[in-house]
Amino acid sequence: MISLSSLLLIGGAASAVAAGSEADFKTAYAAAEAANKEAGSLRNQWTVTAAALAAAKKAADAGDFDQAVAQSKEAEALAKASIYQATSEKEAWKALEIR
Amino acid sequence: MRSAIQFASAAPVAAALVLAALAFDSVPSAVADDKPDPVADAKAFRKFFTDKFPKVKLEDFVNGPYSMNEDMHRQWEEKEQFPPYEFSLDMGKELFTKPFKNGKSYADCFANQGIGIRQNYPTFDQKEGKVITLELALNRCREANGEAPFSYVKDEMAALTAYMAFTSRGKPFDIKIPDDPRALEAYQNGKRYFYTRRGQLNFSCATCHVQEPGERIRAEVLAPALGILNAMPIYRSEWSGMGTISRRFTTCNSQIRGVPLDPQADEYRDLEYYLSYVSNGLPISGPGARP
Repeated sequence: MISLSSLLLIGGAASAVAAGSEADFKTAYAAAEAANKEAGSLRNQWTVTAAALAAAKKAADAGDFDQAVAQSKEAEALAKASIYQATSEKEAWKALEIR
Repeated sequence: MRSAIQFASAAPVAAALVLAALAFDSVPSAVADDKPDPVADAKAFRKFFTDKFPKVKLEDFVNGPYSMNEDMHRQWEEKEQFPPYEFSLDMGKELFTKPFKNGKSYADCFANQGIGIRQNYPTFDQKEGKVITLELALNRCREANGEAPFSYVKDEMAALTAYMAFTSRGKPFDIKIPDDPRALEAYQNGKRYFYTRRGQLNFSCATCHVQEPGERIRAEVLAPALGILNAMPIYRSEWSGMGTISRRFTTCNSQIRGVPLDPQADEYRDLEYYLSYVSNGLPISGPGARP
């Protein structure tokens, strides 16, 4: 059975996630942009990262900062995955080579 | 074969990274002696495809998906009666023969006046230390004669390369790698690009064109990598028009959800160099038509 204190904790965590502000958006967006820039320097950006960044900006322009923060975090996660891919493929590509 | 990894959102990303790490752990340890050996590569490349498709005649690989089964081959033969690239070929001939404003023409920029030379491109320019593709050479010719460059992906560029390919039909690819470490490096970079997974779908060029030729991806039958550039440029029904090698590379990248590089970026030039070299000996068949 879930205790009251657990419920309060869950509720508190949920409200902390929901409280997206313009400042939160700016922080999250900057982090996403920086990660995507790094992916660009590795010549390995993903189209879906660009789409998530654009969606974040659009949501922020409409004043929906919860959505803007969520999209920024999505973009950052995608950009980091593309960085991981580019880094690991520096050696992993050889496994596919016809020999 | 490693399965495609879906990186859809933060939580699946973490799971996918774990999967990917596991997959990389299973990479055979006996990978690579890193010294490039283009002659051995080309031999192994050809053997891979001829072993995989023992019924396909070597010269037929240049017909891409149409070489993969008899029904499709018949479709191709019927298509060739009234080829959809014909209008582009006519336009290309007209463009090619029409002088520039300064009175010179494309013929002044190329060996043999540009006729029957497609099979020699890309070439490695030792002065510049880089790969020069036919598309790049055509635009450089234009700019050297005071003309604005064409878009690399379709229309006039596709028409010009269609005409030049047509004048080379049947001539075997004859790509040279000069005794120059930079040429070997360009070749190796092209090879690396070909096998490197990219985009959210985690595909390399080889994922489709080495591991799965003859199989379907949605409605398309995948072409084998051997001879894949011999038919370029191509009319694609999917594009409702002609496309160049640049168009093929950039759209392949965006289809796997990777941001394409600029047409004629060094990576694409090197990729074309590699892919053309390993198809040496196979005839030019361009312009081509594809579904």
